[in-house]
Amino acid sequence: MFDLLGTALSSRLLLGTAQYPSPAILADAVKASGTSVVTVALRREMAGGRAGEKFWSLIRSLGTRILPNTAGCHSVKEAVTTAKMAREVFGTSWIKLEVIGNHDTLQPDVFGLVEAARILCDDGFSVFPYTTDDLVVAERLLEAGCQVLMPWCAPIGSALGPVNMTALRSMRGHFPGVPLIVDAGLGRPSHAATVMELGFDAVLLNTAIAKAADPVGMARAFGKAVEAGREAFGSGMLEPRDVAVPSTPTFGKAVFA
Amino acid sequence: MKLTVNGEALEIDAPTLAALLAALDYEGDWLATAVNSDLVHKANRAEFQLSDGDRIEILSPMQGG
Repeated sequence: MFDLLGTALSSRLLLGTAQYPSPAILADAVKASGTSVVTVALRREMAGGRAGEKFWSLIRSLGTRILPNTAGCHSVKEAVTTAKMAREVFGTSWIKLEVIGNHDTLQPDVFGLVEAARILCDDGFSVFPYTTDDLVVAERLLEAGCQVLMPWCAPIGSALGPVNMTALRSMRGHFPGVPLIVDAGLGRPSHAATVMELGFDAVLLNTAIAKAADPVGMARAFGKAVEAGREAFGSGMLEPRDVAVPSTPTFGKAVFA
Repeated sequence: MKLTVNGEALEIDAPTLAALLAALDYEGDWLATAVNSDLVHKANRAEFQLSDGDRIEILSPMQGG
């Protein structure tokens, strides 16, 4: 089990709910991944409540914990109001806080992020900030009251995987007691395994599963990769060596010459 | 009264936020409302008086990553 802010979770994979080919495939992918947390958004309701109701009943039927998000918010005010609206609708104080700073890269506005995080933490939220791998920003977020950090490993939806292993390793080293969840940029199960091997506590992803040719199969693959990476981290991996070392003992080898 | 609801300009007679939701045929416990960028709790919609020019946002759960 994985303890996240006092909640015992059975999986270290958190899943986004967007871009799936159909609601049924989303539901099957959630089940196949083994995830116990899904993230959802709030958007303008244009069908008198019927559109939201359909999606909301699907999500509730999955039986997972909900992590609402402020996806697409570009200002502190937008993000704070959206978070408060999400708390009312979803009945949880957990919030994945996004304050986007750049339209092209979707990188977080880290200044606005810290400001919004402080406001929401003071208001009783458990803030999961979508941030960069910058250590000073991470420290500011912790000072603001965040108890978990969600650094990107590459731009949202890019599928590039970890582009700066040194920064991720450094982040893990600097904040040994803080739950760190890689959010955004993962493209393949091996990417997830790689960051889990570094000691990250969990990963959050969406596009790599939702846009796969077979989202359900990919969800299962990511679930296994996350588990494998975590178990490898806890099992003590060999450090790379520049010379060959025979794996079969040389002692007792027959001599035929 | 002139209001902007989810980005659309409307001319509608709705003294309160609850009255506006009813007039526009909104239903359900899964809606969140804001007026002029501030949350209005569900419990306060019946008393919340709307004014000419108010901007109302009515949100509901949607897919997100």
